Amino acid sequence: MNVEARPKIIGARVQRVEDPALLTGQGRFIDDIKLPGLLHIAFCRGDHAHARIMEVDTSAAKAMPGVAAVFTAADIHGSFQPIRATSRMADYHATELAVLAAEKVRYVGEAVAAVVADSRYLAEDAAERITVEYQPLGDAVDPLAAVKDGSPLLHEEAGTNVIVSRAFHRGDVEAAMADAAVRVAGTFRMHRKTPAAMENRGYLADYDPGRRALTLHSTTQVPGIVRDALVEMLDIPGNRLRVVAPDVGGGFGGKASLYGEEVLVCLIARRLGRPVKWLSDRLEDLMTTTQAFDEIVEAELACDGDGNILALRADCIGDVGAYSVYPWTAAIEPVQVISFLPGPYRVTNYWARARAVATSKAPTGAYRGVGRPISAFVMERLMDMAAARLGLDPLEMRRRNMVRADEFPYKSASGIVWDRCGFMECLDKVTEDYDRLRQQQAEGRAAGRWIGIGLASYAELTGLGSRIAVAPGMPVNTGTETATIRIDSTGAVTAQFGIASHGQGLETTLAQVIAEELGVRIEDVEVIHGDSAGMAHGTGTFASRSTVLAGGAAIVSARAVREQVLQAAAHMFEADVGDLDAVGGRIFVKGTDRSMSFRQLAKAVYSEMGRFPKELRQAIELQATRMYDPYFGTTSPASHLTMVEVDRETYGVKILHYGVADDCGRVINPLIVDGQVHGGVAQGIGAALMEEVVFDGSGQIQSASLMDYVVPTAVEIPTMTVHHVQTDLPDNIGGFRGMGEGGTIGAPAALANAITDAIGLDVSVLPMTPERLFRLIKEKQE
Amino acid sequence: MIRLVVNGVAYEREVEPRLLLADFLRHELGLTGTHVGCEQGVCGACTVILNGDSVRACLCLAVQADGAEIETVEGLGTVENLNPLQRAFQKHHALQCGFCTPGMLMTGVDLLRKYPLATDDEIREGLSGNLCRCTGYEHIVQAIRSVVGDER
Repeated sequence: MNVEARPKIIGARVQRVEDPALLTGQGRFIDDIKLPGLLHIAFCRGDHAHARIMEVDTSAAKAMPGVAAVFTAADIHGSFQPIRATSRMADYHATELAVLAAEKVRYVGEAVAAVVADSRYLAEDAAERITVEYQPLGDAVDPLAAVKDGSPLLHEEAGTNVIVSRAFHRGDVEAAMADAAVRVAGTFRMHRKTPAAMENRGYLADYDPGRRALTLHSTTQVPGIVRDALVEMLDIPGNRLRVVAPDVGGGFGGKASLYGEEVLVCLIARRLGRPVKWLSDRLEDLMTTTQAFDEIVEAELACDGDGNILALRADCIGDVGAYSVYPWTAAIEPVQVISFLPGPYRVTNYWARARAVATSKAPTGAYRGVGRPISAFVMERLMDMAAARLGLDPLEMRRRNMVRADEFPYKSASGIVWDRCGFMECLDKVTEDYDRLRQQQAEGRAAGRWIGIGLASYAELTGLGSRIAVAPGMPVNTGTETATIRIDSTGAVTAQFGIASHGQGLETTLAQVIAEELGVRIEDVEVIHGDSAGMAHGTGTFASRSTVLAGGAAIVSARAVREQVLQAAAHMFEADVGDLDAVGGRIFVKGTDRSMSFRQLAKAVYSEMGRFPKELRQAIELQATRMYDPYFGTTSPASHLTMVEVDRETYGVKILHYGVADDCGRVINPLIVDGQVHGGVAQGIGAALMEEVVFDGSGQIQSASLMDYVVPTAVEIPTMTVHHVQTDLPDNIGGFRGMGEGGTIGAPAALANAITDAIGLDVSVLPMTPERLFRLIKEKQE
Repeated sequence: MIRLVVNGVAYEREVEPRLLLADFLRHELGLTGTHVGCEQGVCGACTVILNGDSVRACLCLAVQADGAEIETVEGLGTVENLNPLQRAFQKHHALQCGFCTPGMLMTGVDLLRKYPLATDDEIREGLSGNLCRCTGYEHIVQAIRSVVGDER
């Protein structure tokens, strides 16, 4: 077999290895794990937004049948070391992770007491019998009020509700604004979202008193981060504290932070010496899982008469909820908003400030896109507003300002460096239909229909290496990934990683990478992930990192093992390594009919070691552990183009066309990449049109079921056109760019522009629900 | 005491009157393929077929299923021998995390048995009671489309 005939595995539409189990009900999610003697937890949760806890009466609950124990903050005090998300950032106030609320509650739904009982039914019965006396401390619900002096303080020791403040400054904004031919400005509001993974959060802790060892099964995206944090908190060494993520039913960032419940199940399992589980219900998920996309941005863009951007100014208030999440901190979203605001455009004069304001709401954390859906929404609206003032087509406005191929690497106004990638290629590709759509729009409008077209372009930084923190100044390094690949004595390949796939199909894509690099078949490779015990260090899956980093680690480790394989085979064949090749699970002497299987080779190496000279033995151990660090990040740009119709009677928005062109570098599996884009856009459509976590003035959550927090169904999501521009990426070993989040970044911006185009009124609030659209149009008419 | 048939197997069990059918299937019978996503009848992850109709196992008490015939995802195909709809889901990448998948499959089975599904809009309408947060639905629609007519 020659090299040219080698089957191409990277780039093939390989069906997922994960699927058969998941399709037959054989998945193993957190609630599918059965352990003997398992106890169940239900919580008594606070119903005040901000109140002092005066008294907790658990006596009636303790007397209920089947109740093993009840815990309050007083009962666990001193049994663990508190933890907080620290940061090197100036102007940052860390907050302690609340395991159970001690002196006061800071949002509705905060856990106050935990009942442990023989069944979940009994635990919930007993939790209802707990009474808590509160003394209200005053609202801090509205971020615009909470930011002011004199507002009730959620964390008195901070002396302010502004727990993060950060600014970027480049060039002379004032002077550039003064000289501008056109200035457009607005106040943009994105209302709060929640990730709403279909599986709720859940944690199961199992303590082995004999070994003094603890295993936590967790619906987490970050088993490595959780393990490291729990070791600090519980004083159990890392080799006796194992965090396992089983099959996890979606995360989208909502399962990427450390949660108090996660700590509590461990404390209780250790205290009672029995396995204990908590599984969130949907109400608890909507109240307590980290939320996101809650920003108010005042922004202004200045251009010259040709539409060239002269200056950009922005002031962002992020409503970050009651706590600074571990490990990302409250900075993760608002600071990201202003870091990415300039987008893929040349902006030489830039001033921006972000303030993270603590309010009486669930903490905000990572959610698909993290801040950038707001950046793109604001910038892309400003671009269209400026184009309209200049009488320029929105497409032309973008072409004039986008960073050109000869300008890469380009250092953006906030200091991000865009590597060489397909900004303009994406825009060109997605707008191949542009004239046809404009024609259709004109015909529709002539017939009295409200039809509009919206464009959005953005760039994100993915696959972050050790030089760039996912959140500014945070103490956890997530910039490396390690793979251990071994060929066992039967010739089977096992590859272990620190990532934690939860729907991304990484078992398949990483097996593709390893199969191609090592020269075996996909079915020969077993990928293990989501288990802290397997790796010295790991973090997890978030921030569009896993394909870039774990894919890179897979390549360097597989190449090391391949070298060992070929060295061993060369000795057995009495041939030169250079004359050998490995493909499809066999090793060949090129140009001959001599070959052997990996199984034969493994048997020889492990069981007939005497066949190999002493000096070769160390070199052919058939396993390797290698680390990959991309050092910086890699740029993932995209452009979205949509056409919508606003129903003149219902004010509902129907999507008539949706196109995406992205540059995700080398595609490993087109099926999976398309699926990621579809899913990301669907969440962006939800963010733009439907989804909103609603609180009343006293901090009570109004969107407390999936009937009230409306996520898109198959009816609202259109068929999409998806193109992948695959720009070479020489500085990255696999040529991969991260692409799990982009769909969610572009969609709100494109839809806001399309609705604006349809109705002729500026859309500056999202989600643009039928009610908001109705009010916007009526206000204008009156 | 309730008697019912699940995936062709007859069961007789003593249950608490308040036990949900979903919890009965999962925890009493060990059929954990039926997932629970909201317990409010919105997400559809717990969809099973009861006497020929798709129902929410989280909105149904186990005692209400006395005398019923139930089909769950475990009754479709096996890992070694997926049924045509399961194969189509794999081929079209109609699942990512797999949590909504059993409900999608059971709804899909019900739709394929009862409706002509002449257009994709009909398939989308039929799936509108099942939430998926991962796929954006397109590949699910394609998978169901690919087997329309196969069973007839």
